[in-house]
Amino acid sequence: MKKIFQISIVFILILSLFSLCSCGYEYFDLELDADYTNNLQGTVLNVYNWGEYISDGSEGTIDVNKEFEKITGIKVNYSTFESNETMYSQLRTAGVSYDLIIPSDYMIDRMISEEMLLPIDVNRISNYKNVDEAYKNLYFDPENKYSVPYNVGMVGIIYNTKMVDEIPDSWSVFWDSKYKNQTLMFSNPRDAFMTAQFLSGVSVNSTNKADWDKAADLLKSQKSNLQSYVMDEVYGKMETGEAAIAPYYSGDYLTMYDVNPDLAFVYPKEGTNIFVDSVCIPKCCQNYEAAMLYINFLLEPEIALANAEYIGYASPNTAVINNTDYCYYGNEILYPKEENMPKTEYYRNLSDDIRYYYENLWIDVKLY
Amino acid sequence: MKILSKLYMALIILFLYAPIAVMIFFSFNSGSSVWVFEGFSFDWYAELVFNGEMLDAFKHTLIIAILSALISTILGTAAAVGIDMLKSKFAKSLVMSVTNIPMMNADIVTGVSLMLLFIFFGKLLGLAESLGFMTVLIAHITFNLPYVILSVMPKLKQTDPALSQAAMDLGCTPLKSFFKVVLPSISSGVFTGFIMAFTLSLDDFVISYFTCGHYQTLPIVIYNMTKKTVTPDTYALSTLIFISVFTLLILYNVTLSRSEKKRGMA
Repeated sequence: MKKIFQISIVFILILSLFSLCSCGYEYFDLELDADYTNNLQGTVLNVYNWGEYISDGSEGTIDVNKEFEKITGIKVNYSTFESNETMYSQLRTAGVSYDLIIPSDYMIDRMISEEMLLPIDVNRISNYKNVDEAYKNLYFDPENKYSVPYNVGMVGIIYNTKMVDEIPDSWSVFWDSKYKNQTLMFSNPRDAFMTAQFLSGVSVNSTNKADWDKAADLLKSQKSNLQSYVMDEVYGKMETGEAAIAPYYSGDYLTMYDVNPDLAFVYPKEGTNIFVDSVCIPKCCQNYEAAMLYINFLLEPEIALANAEYIGYASPNTAVINNTDYCYYGNEILYPKEENMPKTEYYRNLSDDIRYYYENLWIDVKLY
Repeated sequence: MKILSKLYMALIILFLYAPIAVMIFFSFNSGSSVWVFEGFSFDWYAELVFNGEMLDAFKHTLIIAILSALISTILGTAAAVGIDMLKSKFAKSLVMSVTNIPMMNADIVTGVSLMLLFIFFGKLLGLAESLGFMTVLIAHITFNLPYVILSVMPKLKQTDPALSQAAMDLGCTPLKSFFKVVLPSISSGVFTGFIMAFTLSLDDFVISYFTCGHYQTLPIVIYNMTKKTVTPDTYALSTLIFISVFTLLILYNVTLSRSEKKRGMA
């Protein structure tokens, strides 16, 4: 009994330690453009976003959710996911309801076609004027009825200048036997196939199975140069110089560059994948008006700036792009000038048939 | 031979603790990388204070672990006493096999089937949300139960059934005799069961993943960081957890050896 008593004391101590901790955040004095008066105080807004995909108050940044709670009186219940597919299956199984989600382009396409989203009237979102024209009327939402862009990015080639002499501006560098055992490759099928498809000049959205076969063969032949298939591990391998070349997202390159300045980045001349993550409201939404307020809040210049600097991806918000105080202002990697803009292609939602086909091919490639 | 056995021991300890040592080392990194050590600092421990999302998740994890361990200890002990009292051998082994199923089952099967069950009941009751705090708590109690029963059972077998009868002969009610005689003699088993349940619940990922809904626990939040990369304050938090569990174990062992000494003297 004495033991149990002692141990419960220790637990209570640990608990109270952490609950004391969480009140360390100091609120900012924000200048907001929109009006956030509402009669929804005390209601809950369930936000479902990617992990590490919002400015959360660390290192002196703005805690977007806390600020929103303070200004509107609406409680934000924030959850995270790690892939579009997880998010989709969570919504599909209907065990949970979310009021606001942030999926990527092809997933929005799929969710619109399956009638899983509620329309968003952008005329009611005063800060919508900040959205860059280039990211309006995109293929998955031609009338801007269902989505408001949050982040954009492109895939490129990250290389270590101490290990690679030339500028590897082509996907073919991954097949160059000079870099035996020094190249990395995406460990998810869509992105890995993308590199091979651009190299052989076919669409990443091809519905022709022969195109996928060909890409799979190319990936198999790439394995002689491959060090490993990676997602997150790319940070460690590139930062420590363990690998020389890797394909990855432009925003993440900037994070790696901070640690290892020998790293450089180039967009391949054959073209590359571009993605947009946008805010949407799912059908299961229980607090539509609060979700609308939140979307407006995310588009506020100060909030969007905090998010863009925290996440490090390109922002579709003109108030951020044109802000000279923005830490990536004029950054040529995030915002290439028009003449340097690589050829890009969005992923589209593929039919189940093609999806199963390439997923099986991918297993083949991995086991090859 | 002696050197060899010591070397073997050292190797095993090294393999067990090297990853934790590396993690603790990197939690003191001054840079933002979790791979390249740039200098010593406590920055990430200070940073932790501001990471509300992770602390919330940690709070969720602790609440679930403590509650599920407590409830499953109470239920499990009661169940073990009941099973022990069964007269027929066949019934006893039947009940034991049934209670062991959640333990033998693959986590993913338990997780998915619990999720389906919760969603089914949620729909039946017409709830907008069937997954949340309650479901993850129920799920954790479910997979903790067999461990508690398994650690209490052998202790019950060791105690003489005549003890409780003697207590009742001397005027105890059955309930009183349970608390005064049986429970003290099986208390170490109950305690082991509690600790087992607590640690299992603390680091469960798979079952929580399917049943938690909005109530995300720490392992899930860390897993979800994989779009970007895991931040070093995760290391700082893990180090703090490790240290508290470590001190807990030392405390436990110290009190244990002390009470044994006392018993030895008496």
